[in-house]
Amino acid sequence: MTPLLEVRNLHKYYPVGRNSRLKAVDDVSLSIQPGEVLGLVGESGCGKTTLGRVILSLQPATSGEVVFDGIDVLSLQGKDLRRLRRRMQIVFQDPYSSFNPRMTIGAALSFPMKVQGMHRGNEEERAVELLNRVGLDGSVLNRYPHEFSGGQLQRIGIARALTLDSDFIVADEPVSALDVSIQSQVLNLFKDLQEELNLTYLFISHDLGVVEFISDRVAVLYMGRLAEIAPTEDLFGDPRHPYTQSLLAAVLHPDPTLEKSKPSMAIEGEISTPIDPPPGCRFYGRCPKRMDICRVQDPPMVSIGPRHSAACWLHA
Amino acid sequence: MHDTRTISRTDERPPDAAGSDDAVAETDQVLSPTRLAWKSFRRSKLGLVGSLMVLLLIVIAIGGEQFSPYDAYSMDSSVSLEPPSLAHPAGTDRFGRDQLTRLMEGTRISMLVSFVAVVLSLVIGIPLGLIAGYYGGLAGTVIMRGVDVVFAFPTILLALMLVATLGASLPNLILAIAVIFQANVVRIVRASVMSVKEREFVEAARAVGARDSVIMAQFILPNVLSPVIVQATFHLSLAIFIEAALSFLGLGTQPPTPSWGLMLNESRTFMEFAPWLTIFPGLAIIFAVLGFNLMGDALRDAFDPRLSQR
Repeated sequence: MTPLLEVRNLHKYYPVGRNSRLKAVDDVSLSIQPGEVLGLVGESGCGKTTLGRVILSLQPATSGEVVFDGIDVLSLQGKDLRRLRRRMQIVFQDPYSSFNPRMTIGAALSFPMKVQGMHRGNEEERAVELLNRVGLDGSVLNRYPHEFSGGQLQRIGIARALTLDSDFIVADEPVSALDVSIQSQVLNLFKDLQEELNLTYLFISHDLGVVEFISDRVAVLYMGRLAEIAPTEDLFGDPRHPYTQSLLAAVLHPDPTLEKSKPSMAIEGEISTPIDPPPGCRFYGRCPKRMDICRVQDPPMVSIGPRHSAACWLHA
Repeated sequence: MHDTRTISRTDERPPDAAGSDDAVAETDQVLSPTRLAWKSFRRSKLGLVGSLMVLLLIVIAIGGEQFSPYDAYSMDSSVSLEPPSLAHPAGTDRFGRDQLTRLMEGTRISMLVSFVAVVLSLVIGIPLGLIAGYYGGLAGTVIMRGVDVVFAFPTILLALMLVATLGASLPNLILAIAVIFQANVVRIVRASVMSVKEREFVEAARAVGARDSVIMAQFILPNVLSPVIVQATFHLSLAIFIEAALSFLGLGTQPPTPSWGLMLNESRTFMEFAPWLTIFPGLAIIFAVLGFNLMGDALRDAFDPRLSQR
């Protein structure tokens, strides 16, 4: 099957000062099949959000390719890019900041359709239809964002991402700003919509539980580099990269006795910096299994199973 | 103002951003951010006083000498330098002109100068600030260096310089004040734009393919206007002050047109035996400046989310 989205050797560097560069995304390659949910996990500042923004062409890439359904996204401009935007949308982390405080919900939902010239004259009907789909009703059309709770507003954010009948959605930490009790409702909504509309998600989160629940496959990002990518069961059941192993070990178990008996794999050591990083593996300073080669040479991405790869010299 | 209390609910979101999922605002009243600010503004007593003072000035400015039985320009040497009396509540000047009538006529000049200058400064400053804040780059640098030039000089001195160069007349005075004020407007708009454009709703608009012009008009401009409005109110009072100062120095309004500053200037010679000629124009200036400042303070509080969220 041809993938819906293919990212090839994507780099995004930010200039820092005169001669330095912050390598936010460093040589990332991955692909997403149509109808698939790819979870993207990693700690704060590892480049998850930047990767999502570059894929949507909201930020220019330094180099690399993003191919969406056969179209080279990064080379598109003006009209062609605007046309492609119908197919890929985004849901943001903070629902309050993702809505213009001076626009009613009705206006916010009609706006994408007006920009794209879709559902002309029926924008409001379409907005109500989408609101129903996410569990709200048309009475909210004349209200302003500040009148809603975070969970409600995030539902509206999801409705907005559906206004253009997009098939690919980047969900950028869409539940991290919500209460735990609301998180599961919104997550279920994501899952239901994905199944009903056969959507494809790039689901970004730092919460392993959330990613495990929603994803078909999971990619682990560390300092702008892909550490490991595998189907969800494989990644959680048989993690191969030391970073993934440490991440999973850090998840607290609900049973305190079990939690105490769990072998500790706390990540120690120095965190290297994404600004002009030294050669070698990014995880070198913190890796419990580091070897000499790790300091001098970047580990290549090696295939471990049929759809399982990790970037680690242990497996090379 | 009878309904302030009846719609007291829903002026804040649930305490926690991600609070209970079923706490929809149930009132019919749609509370846009502007309405919220207006509600908070009306609660301020000083703001109300300031607004009434400004309203009074506007009414006088529109009516001018029509409210008075006298003419602001016709002289009558038989009543020269009369102290305040029932016939002339603010006394008469050297040429026997009724001072209250001239003050009313002067209100018209002061308000005209300040409103036109402020509107002009917004017309110039807002687009420049939007460009400087949204695009930055070379255009932004050029605009901001221009602003720096204006800020390098003391306000009154710069106004003096500009009017002296352009020639002393009312339009030139207005232009000079507008040029000075726009620098402030540019700075405020630019700073607000720079913070608003990083918000995710701007990115959301870009993600659906909206053009820069649409994003600026519909997403950025509405969210940077409140600090601009507040600043413009303070500019109104400052403009009155500058007009009075320059007219006092002979560089603004020219005689026989009555202007508060010019009247102060003309009264200097008689200050010892006709102090009412100095006191009343001074009071008028204080009244106007105070009114606008009170209003501006209340507006600023109303638009400040931290203060109005109570």
